[in-house]
Amino acid sequence: MNSDWSTLAPILLESLRETLYMVSVTLLISGALGLLMGVLLYATRRGNLLENAAIFTVLNIAVNIVRPIPFIIFITAVGPLTLMTIGTTIGNEAVIFAMSIMASFITARIVEQNLVATDPGVIEAARAVGASRLRIILTVLIPESLAPLVLGYTFLLIGIIDMSALAGYIGGGGLGDFAIVYGYQRFNWEVTFVTVVVIVVLVQLAQVLGNWLARKALHR
Amino acid sequence: MISFREATKVFGSGPDAVRAVDSVTLDVGEGEIFGVIGYSGAGKSTLVRLVNALETVTSGQVVVDGHDVTTLGESELRQLRASIGMVFQQFNLMKSRTVAGNVAYPLKVARWPKERRKQRVAELLDFVGLADKARTYPGQLSGGQKQRVGIARALATSPKILLADEATSALDPDTTQDVLALLKRVNRELGVTVVVITHEMDVIRSIAQRVAVMEHGKVVEHGRVYDVFAAPRERATRRFVGTALRDRPTPEVLERLRHRHPGRMVTVGVRDGQGSGTDLTATLRRHGVDGSIVFGGITEIDERPFGSLTVELAGDEESIDALIAELRRTADVHDLGTREHPRNDPSAVVAGDEQPSSPDAPGISGAGGADEIAGPATGLSAGSATGLGTPPERSSGGFQ
Repeated sequence: MNSDWSTLAPILLESLRETLYMVSVTLLISGALGLLMGVLLYATRRGNLLENAAIFTVLNIAVNIVRPIPFIIFITAVGPLTLMTIGTTIGNEAVIFAMSIMASFITARIVEQNLVATDPGVIEAARAVGASRLRIILTVLIPESLAPLVLGYTFLLIGIIDMSALAGYIGGGGLGDFAIVYGYQRFNWEVTFVTVVVIVVLVQLAQVLGNWLARKALHR
Repeated sequence: MISFREATKVFGSGPDAVRAVDSVTLDVGEGEIFGVIGYSGAGKSTLVRLVNALETVTSGQVVVDGHDVTTLGESELRQLRASIGMVFQQFNLMKSRTVAGNVAYPLKVARWPKERRKQRVAELLDFVGLADKARTYPGQLSGGQKQRVGIARALATSPKILLADEATSALDPDTTQDVLALLKRVNRELGVTVVVITHEMDVIRSIAQRVAVMEHGKVVEHGRVYDVFAAPRERATRRFVGTALRDRPTPEVLERLRHRHPGRMVTVGVRDGQGSGTDLTATLRRHGVDGSIVFGGITEIDERPFGSLTVELAGDEESIDALIAELRRTADVHDLGTREHPRNDPSAVVAGDEQPSSPDAPGISGAGGADEIAGPATGLSAGSATGLGTPPERSSGGFQ
């Protein structure tokens, strides 16, 4: 096994840059969309602030349909849609498109589950001082659930890193692509191993950062 | 200030429907402390939520400060809610905000400018005695401190009405008294009408002027706290009164009393403007009868004396009969008879079987020797009688 790291290293770095790019853009898009959907899922549920059976049912079913699909199948299944929107089915942007859809639905459920744990008494207290529903969502519900939400988003971030590696399989670029092209297809175990180490370090950093932010949000 | 007219709240529908509040008609006057007492599930929490429209009536009417709550739209309701303070059993403070942030929240909702907000928050924290905790997060406070923050928050926009929903139920006895004293100050110094929801008669006894007793969604009895204590009509009311005052011997206690004191025993009520300990001793002396106090207690209700003393009388039978006849003219007297010829006047005896089986139920607490006071065998002096006087406000249910 002879790995030429003087040529591989720059490619690895470029792959890392691509992964970070795909992951951060997906995190931003799905974080925002997922938060919106998650808050709606929570608030439109029966007995909650914006009780609305129609919106809740549609969202709930959509999340239940999309979420269980394995991502490697999902990314090929949305191919036609990706082609229509992005203009291609390979490359970073195509992967970002597919990942953002999947991650948004996952986030919606994560957000909803964390909001459910909010003390209803605190929401009642906010209603009792005359706060509007939208204000309660923005100034009570979300801030009160911030710590678990941060942990939820950390989980999401790691899930996106995971997805982005899978995307390499269909030529999406990034660390997964690197590991497959230079490691798996060339029977170079060393390259695969190094890529794994890089991904593990990335995930660890994300988790440490998430834990630290969540602790800051707890105010214990 | 607050009027309920046939107010009814039904949760659910069909056979599962629950009438949480059932045709309640009640008036709460301006500037008073009004108590609502009932066991959990009696509908008192729902009743109080009808006032600030956190719950809306199914039928009937609720009028608050001249506004018919039942006809208001969402934005008018928000204004109404902003003008009514509310305090909760579990405090319901926002953990993500500091003490000052929690107190400032209603002011933000009411769009106060930042400078005035800061000033008002400082004022409120000073009022509740937490000026030094402004920048602390609720997670670091004790229960009593949290409730004081809750009260400061409820008072932020200077409401005319304060609703206290089991405000002391999660607190220990000492802290309960602190919070009750604070609610009293809110009523006295700020002129706020206070509605107190509780399942503890002692809370009612300590601060309320009028009380409504709720059971199964209905108000079964209401009136001035003093009158309700003096003559509870309903079974539920008698049970609550029994838990707050243990001045009358339970059947078990009476049995032990008879064992120790074979002579004639009477229970003499001590009421505002009726007989008192001093009258009792003077009357005893006039009839040449000796009395020793064997049981009883005098406490304050609505800041007036209330209680009873059970006395063993020693003297010739004729004098004792004459004495009892005279006492009956000014006080309410229950003749318990002697060991040989017992008389079980039911109104003098708190029925033990009606008490919930909590460890502090009268039948059990009465067993302690310290609960019974062995008075001097002869000539009860006026001094020793008044020495029993009125216990400090903190004591619960007087001495026994």
